Amino acid sequence: MIFSEITLGHYLALSGFLFIIGLAGVLLRRSLLIVMMSLELLLNAANLALVAVGRFQGLPDTQVAVFFVITVAAAEVAIGLAILVAIFRVKKTTAIDSMSSLRF
Amino acid sequence: MEQIFFWSLAIGLLTAATAVVVLRNPVSSAVCLVVALVFQAALFVTLEANFLAAVQVIVYAGAVMVLFLFVIMLLDVKEEARRPMVWSKVVAVGAGVVVAILGIPRLATSFPASQKTLVWGQGKTSGAAQDLGTLLFASYAPLFLLTGVLLLVATIGVVVLCRRDPGT
Repeated sequence: MIFSEITLGHYLALSGFLFIIGLAGVLLRRSLLIVMMSLELLLNAANLALVAVGRFQGLPDTQVAVFFVITVAAAEVAIGLAILVAIFRVKKTTAIDSMSSLRF
Repeated sequence: MEQIFFWSLAIGLLTAATAVVVLRNPVSSAVCLVVALVFQAALFVTLEANFLAAVQVIVYAGAVMVLFLFVIMLLDVKEEARRPMVWSKVVAVGAGVVVAILGIPRLATSFPASQKTLVWGQGKTSGAAQDLGTLLFASYAPLFLLTGVLLLVATIGVVVLCRRDPGT
């Protein structure tokens, strides 16, 4: 198995496993910081799949898409961490269980 | 050669990603995330996307992670307390792991194109900054301009959100 050729399927499977790990972090962890780090893992899994498909199918456009995903991720982290700091000032914690004031 | 690089980088990436999710201390999680992002940049190099690998290291492993570490330092986040194990949750996670290990390789190899093999030097995409720039500034120029607006909005939003006394 180790010495068989590397195919597009290998890269897509790796991307899928990375996505599952990130999803588990989003669902299971209680600290908003770790949840945001897991979100980064999700975006990176998508990036890996995009670059792999672009390489094997000869589409350079997917690399431009990855470029935009990285930009959006940077903006998302900046806004998310600002919200986290604002919430921490009021609640004195980063646990997502304490952020339920908007719950119906 | 391709096999050695792919398998070592894949194992490193998945190990670092698992450590991000499993470790209790946020600082250790952040450092493991840096390691995972660098592994991913190396995987980009194996896919002949050299410029994206550089961007990945500079923007993600550099800027974004420094932002994370700054906030961890600023908030003085404590180690997360261990919660009592709930058996239903353990069973659910175990079932999810089994389904993922069985299902994902099958799903990933179900496309006709997924049988294409990786041979270095035979890709049709160059991944050089020049080709990417031509595409970005010619075909995707409107999107590129919108990205500038997005970053401006994000900057203003962060300043507004973090102001101490709003309204004055």
